Amino acid sequence: MDVFLPATLDEALDAAAAHPEVVPIAGGTDVMVELNMDRGRPETLMDVSRLPELREIRREDGSLFLGAGVTYTRIMRELPELTALVQASRSVGSPQIRNRGTVGGNLGTASPAGDALPVLAAWDADIFLGRAGGSTRSVRWDEFLKGVKQTSLEPGELILGARWHVPSGPGSFSKIGTRNAMVIAVASVCLQVDEPSRSIRVALGSVAPTVVRAREAETVAAQAFEDAGAWDDPRADPGDEAIGPFGELVAEAASPIDDVRGTASYRKRAVSVLARRALGWALADRRAGAAA
Amino acid sequence: MLVRANVNGEWRETDVWPGSSLLYLLREHLALPGSKNACEQGECGSCSVWLDGELVCACLVLAAQAHERDVRTVEGLAAGDALHPVQEAFVEAGAVQCGFCTPGFIVAVTDLLEQEPEPTEVVVREALSGNLCRCTGYEKILEAVRVASDRLRIREDEL
Repeated sequence: MDVFLPATLDEALDAAAAHPEVVPIAGGTDVMVELNMDRGRPETLMDVSRLPELREIRREDGSLFLGAGVTYTRIMRELPELTALVQASRSVGSPQIRNRGTVGGNLGTASPAGDALPVLAAWDADIFLGRAGGSTRSVRWDEFLKGVKQTSLEPGELILGARWHVPSGPGSFSKIGTRNAMVIAVASVCLQVDEPSRSIRVALGSVAPTVVRAREAETVAAQAFEDAGAWDDPRADPGDEAIGPFGELVAEAASPIDDVRGTASYRKRAVSVLARRALGWALADRRAGAAA
Repeated sequence: MLVRANVNGEWRETDVWPGSSLLYLLREHLALPGSKNACEQGECGSCSVWLDGELVCACLVLAAQAHERDVRTVEGLAAGDALHPVQEAFVEAGAVQCGFCTPGFIVAVTDLLEQEPEPTEVVVREALSGNLCRCTGYEKILEAVRVASDRLRIREDEL
């Protein structure tokens, strides 16, 4: 077994080109568990936690680029305005885990329970992938996340980060688990209102092979806002009846399984309740914003 | 592979299997068994150490990732025979039963109080959410944090 300790991204990409089987390790919260439990023994590991290029946060003309190596602790400290992502970050593991765990790790592992993933899905993030020679491609989150622990990352490529257009409007992340800390989500929901595009995005975690969007529910909720005139006047109440089918449509977007953490029917019910609550919070936030 | 790290202020070099964790390096190569080996998956916090000043689970750090970096362990807290104020507080509050989780808690509490000298109970509970204790029921540990917080702040005032 070999370990590479590249000091720059170029060195790392060269190593990935020469050793396409290399397993990158950053926070180690997934890779080390595999190693410690002797569930996998990669031939080559590469520490990407020292690469300065992956630790960057860049604001670019209404968009934000988050380097794959940015930790959850840093997101909480440095990006407080990104409410949903901060809430998701705070729900990751424990302080020890958040100090090490990265969004790039969530992407690379591609578990449907990765806490940052519903947020990236709700924000329609593009995932940036690099390879030696400086060529970079970007794929949308749903082209990147192909299945349980499956991505469209090709041999020789490294995850560089994610970029999205920063939404304007209330958003939240909520998660069901047995306690507040150290929980792998049984079900999770990110809801984001984007005022300029008059859209409501709902993404679900832990209830399908990958993170999924509840597109029909999104359309119904946005239409209810439209019909009530709530896009123009945040004090206008779309009413329970118009919002009524929202929760059920969210549940229909889920295709969960029974496992040790919860049953499929519980998970459907959970995302439906979480999404309705999240919509209620968003409405309340908009009303409060209008009153202020 | 050779890994060289500054551990508790002293550069140490050792030859480890490349897949070893930092925890294994500390315990088995450097004879620093204070950091405990329990879950090996970051769930229990009993191997909490600082890596470049950040609180981490040593079991989730590849030993090679600590190469040329600073590591601070529970062994680095006491000054000779004089316990660190957080260690004193645990003894005084009776926050130790079987003692297995104690080093991890001591490190996590020290980290918290270095960042936030006067934390509210909610903040303490969240800061310690990555450390499990199966004996005490946590009440005495919370008491120890209060004692340590008071004591550290009194020392600050005296300086």
